[in-house]
Amino acid sequence: MRISVDTDRCVGAGQCVLSAPDVFDQDDMGIVLVLAEPADEPAREAARRGGATR
Amino acid sequence: MSDPREIEKMTTVDRCPVAFPLRQPGQSFPPPQYLEFREQEGLVSTTLPSGELVWLVTRHEDVRAALTDPRISSNPSHPGFPRAAKTGGVPSQDEVPGWFVALDPPEHGRFRKTLIPEFTVRKVREMRPAIQQIVDERIDAMLAAGDTADLIADFALSVPSLVISSLLGVPNADRDFFETRTRVLVTLTSTDEQRQAASKALLRYLNRLISVKQKRPGDDLISQLLADGTLSKQELSGVSMLLLIAGHETTANNIGLGVVTLLSNPQWIGDERAVEELLRYYSVADLVAFRVAVEDVEIGGQLIRAGEGIIPLVAAANHDGTVFERPDEFDPSRSARSHVAFGYGVHQCLGQNLVRVEMDIAYRTLFERIPTLELAVPVTELPIKYDGVLYGLHSLPVRW
Ligand code: HEM
Repeated sequence: MRISVDTDRCVGAGQCVLSAPDVFDQDDMGIVLVLAEPADEPAREAARRGGATR
Repeated sequence: MSDPREIEKMTTVDRCPVAFPLRQPGQSFPPPQYLEFREQEGLVSTTLPSGELVWLVTRHEDVRAALTDPRISSNPSHPGFPRAAKTGGVPSQDEVPGWFVALDPPEHGRFRKTLIPEFTVRKVREMRPAIQQIVDERIDAMLAAGDTADLIADFALSVPSLVISSLLGVPNADRDFFETRTRVLVTLTSTDEQRQAASKALLRYLNRLISVKQKRPGDDLISQLLADGTLSKQELSGVSMLLLIAGHETTANNIGLGVVTLLSNPQWIGDERAVEELLRYYSVADLVAFRVAVEDVEIGGQLIRAGEGIIPLVAAANHDGTVFERPDEFDPSRSARSHVAFGYGVHQCLGQNLVRVEMDIAYRTLFERIPTLELAVPVTELPIKYDGVLYGLHSLPVRW
């Protein structure tokens, strides 16, 4: 699973961080950061819930 | 839109408007007719107290589509924008400059970008000790006062009210003033005069407060935004008003309703998933996201003409059985995360991470410190707000 983010469309709500804290974070401006690719299937599932679609 | 030509324009589907308010005394929650609305082809419409016809969006997929479609606007200065109350509703930028929930991109983005860094998951986590202290003090006060309380006034409302006012730097002593004015604004039956007076009083109050902070800055968000300078002083009054209002009534209703549910489902007390499920289950802001089509657009198989009003009903979406199994059951073991209780898209609630922390601390602490807490009246006698923009209880009598 490759994760790319469109920071222009990020609304800064933090939903991704809550769903998959190992994968996503927010920078100081509240915009999405990708910390790491999800390691296993549960992590991939969490990342999908957090907004990753593929 | 009482003009018959306007109504004719809306009858693209040959169906009568459904009754408003959608919540009726004696009904279960969410309104049972939502199920029917979701299953009908196209969309249903209703006549608001203002006389305007609006489209109601009820399927989860359609609500998300309506809240993200660029042809659908949040700005009440567009013709046909629906008004919740008789005449009042979402304020325009002329009435309350900086009321950015009523702006569309790109103007909306400047406000959102300025504020979002203050409400990130991390920032809100740092507020936990301060929130814990507010919750503890409220419980101390309840325990000191005896063995009964109105859990709405004494806890569910006071906690978020103290949290948002201390965050903004609004003096605690003025709580009664801003809570009373806010209540007028979130009551569907308030008159036009009451509404305008309340809105003006709040704006005047915040203007004065901002002038004081210009001279003597404090360690608070208003002072920080003043120093930052991105927002004009006028805009800052409107932004502060939006945060103050949005920050206490919504959360108060959700905390209160959640206590009732947790009293009969004690196995979920202290489980984080209960908070997410309570947000989905009650969806108190069902009547908050108002929109108007600025171009013809199709939602849920329904042609909506430019100039027609739209209300995406988040409670209906959050009880859509195609997304949430047994939607009318409170079941924190489900994955409730895809709920739209905070809206969806660019206006998705700015305070949502704060809400989650407030609810989590409020429930944990309340049931830990008052383990014998129980309702003082039968659950069927709890006074539900049928006249509110938000779903909730007027009062919640408890004892221990
Ligand atoms: C249970 C509590 C809450 C619920 C259910 C709730 C619900 C909502 C909803 C549905 C929206 C979207 C409105 C729209 O799309 O037109 C929204 C927006 C907003 N909420 Fe909340 N809210 C809650 C608490 C809070 C708190 C505590 C704050 C204060 C920090 C807050 C501040 C805001 C702001 C500023 C917006 C506008 C965001 C924008 O336009 O970008 N809310 N909220």
